Amino acid sequence: MPLQPWFARSEAHPGAPGLSALSVSHDEWRQVAQDVAAAGGRLLALWASSDQHAAPKIHAVFLAERGGLVLTLPITDTDTPYPGIEDLFPAAARMQRAAADLSGVRSRDPDTRPWLRHAAWPQNYRPLIDPLPIATAPQVDSYEFVRVEGDGVHEVAVGPVHAGIIEPGHFRFSVVGEKVLRLEERLGYVHKGIELRFTQLPILEAHQLAARVSGDSAVAFSWAYCQALEGMAGTEVPPRAGWLRALYLELERVANHLGDLGALGNDTGFAFGLAQFSRLKEQVLRTNQDAFGERYLMGAIVPGGTRRDLSRTALPGLRSCVWEILKQALTLRTIYDEHEGVRDRFNGAGRVAPELAARLGLIGLAGRASAQPFDLRSNLPCEPYTQLSVNKIVRSEGDVAARVAVRFDELQESCRLIQHILAELPHGPHVTPVPMPADGVIGTGLIEGWRGPVCIALEAGPNGTIRRCHPHDPSWNNWPVLEHAIIDNIVPDFPLINKSFNLSYSGHDL
Amino acid sequence: MLKTLCQIASIGIASEPPPQADESLRIRDSIQEHIRAVLGRALCIRHVDAGSCNGCELEIHALNNPLYNLEGLGIRFVASPRHADLLLVTGPVSKHMEVALLRTYEATPDPKLVVAIGDCGCTGGIFGESYSSRGRVSNVIPVDVAVPGCPPSPTRILQGILAAVADKVPANPR
Repeated sequence: MPLQPWFARSEAHPGAPGLSALSVSHDEWRQVAQDVAAAGGRLLALWASSDQHAAPKIHAVFLAERGGLVLTLPITDTDTPYPGIEDLFPAAARMQRAAADLSGVRSRDPDTRPWLRHAAWPQNYRPLIDPLPIATAPQVDSYEFVRVEGDGVHEVAVGPVHAGIIEPGHFRFSVVGEKVLRLEERLGYVHKGIELRFTQLPILEAHQLAARVSGDSAVAFSWAYCQALEGMAGTEVPPRAGWLRALYLELERVANHLGDLGALGNDTGFAFGLAQFSRLKEQVLRTNQDAFGERYLMGAIVPGGTRRDLSRTALPGLRSCVWEILKQALTLRTIYDEHEGVRDRFNGAGRVAPELAARLGLIGLAGRASAQPFDLRSNLPCEPYTQLSVNKIVRSEGDVAARVAVRFDELQESCRLIQHILAELPHGPHVTPVPMPADGVIGTGLIEGWRGPVCIALEAGPNGTIRRCHPHDPSWNNWPVLEHAIIDNIVPDFPLINKSFNLSYSGHDL
Repeated sequence: MLKTLCQIASIGIASEPPPQADESLRIRDSIQEHIRAVLGRALCIRHVDAGSCNGCELEIHALNNPLYNLEGLGIRFVASPRHADLLLVTGPVSKHMEVALLRTYEATPDPKLVVAIGDCGCTGGIFGESYSSRGRVSNVIPVDVAVPGCPPSPTRILQGILAAVADKVPANPR
């Protein structure tokens, strides 16, 4: 069945443009997922919530050609598992397991191992529903990794504490010689209860927590949060605020791409690249400090607009910084392109073929490097992207070199966008008051962060509280693909391949 | 190769002079008066992310960029706690990282220093304590110096590290 009838039945949904909401029955849940999959759409997020009477619901956000669908399945009988969609969208498996860990709602899919739950709470405790926290002594739990057996197969276990300055996670490689047969990830180490914490904060202040879901995507998450909230409250953000937000988002993209390009050079043994790019990144951060009063724009976006206006005196500094970055990045790109050692390591490493990327639902930057042409800024643009006409960067090689090339191209495009924004920034107020949304109203924010589409699903409680907030990082969708990208590569290439995805741990573990 | 050399020559030396140690960041006096006598100026740091949002990690990375010239000061990041004099810990400490942090601390040879980084490492920050968070780093391991900020700038982190190793009393001659 085509998707059209589902959209016809749906209602407009507050928050990001192009979203509609649909409540479905047990049987329809899978039917919609099948139709989205058949139409080439993708699953963005899946989570569970419960209403004031603790009656659970399961939700999913799907993105299709004609818009986004926010699907809700009320669970009437908690003893009967709901129909899983792992076979249609492989990324759903971990999301369903996480929903079971946090809300006690189980799917019918076969993998029933815990995902975000290690040993901090027992299986029958539902952190998002059960009121009292439980005290547990520090302990290590056992986790059933899939064993690979055969002549000469051995395991290499890495983490959670890694050798570099990097977030914690565990990687279990099954290898023969130095060739990787299988990688199994285990995450959840930095699970710090973000979703419960949201429900303890006032709805008009929790954008500060959103900015700290994943520190490298502070702008994307805080904008997505405010977009959901403003949609729910019926607030129209002043044009200048929208443009300033886009400026912040592109600066965040530039800073992260610069950092990654340096680190990727370094992972091939080309320390020159790290020195050069990290110097450029520092230049952006210092320009942020001068222009906005903070290096990472953690508090720059507030409900109704932006915390500060951009003073005219800051414009020359921003312009010259961006111009310098662009010029230097072009020089460095030539050096990377012409360096035989770097090229040799980048080309063909960690390849995700377009067909595999489509099947597994690879999204964001890594998706675009594997011919998955989806970018919220051009597919479902919010203000001011409707007026900015972003050039979508897509490659089809799907290897480390392609993910590097996408970063270089996007860096260039973001610099262009920043110059455009600085030239055309509308006048007027930069913030407007946001009223408290009514109890029970729900909304969803969607912003294309540097890593990919960031989603915030928000439900208001009574008197300016939050009943449920689910922040969703694109890393949920891309972590499982990394397990495929490494197959048949050698273990020493893993740091390079991993870095070329640069996925979030904190944004995933919550 | 020529382009690489030209680029290096045209950028020149980007490093800036280091900041002063900030004694106000010190929260525990310890046995570290000998550390400089024992170690000279070299200091090996092991970073542990015990539950951070990754913001502090970005600034620790930035500290390693050429402008701060960390290795020029004799400070470097090492891959194993067994090679480290100082643990740089970001938090809040998630319960799932508690055992790993304790083991990393135990694996670090004595005398060892611990510097907690960021508002979350200092107090638990916006995440606080919960069913899955133990809050501040000092709830789990002893902390010598705590550097607030969300995230603290590379200069503040460096000031904290310098405060941890700065002699409070003259070192015993050896």
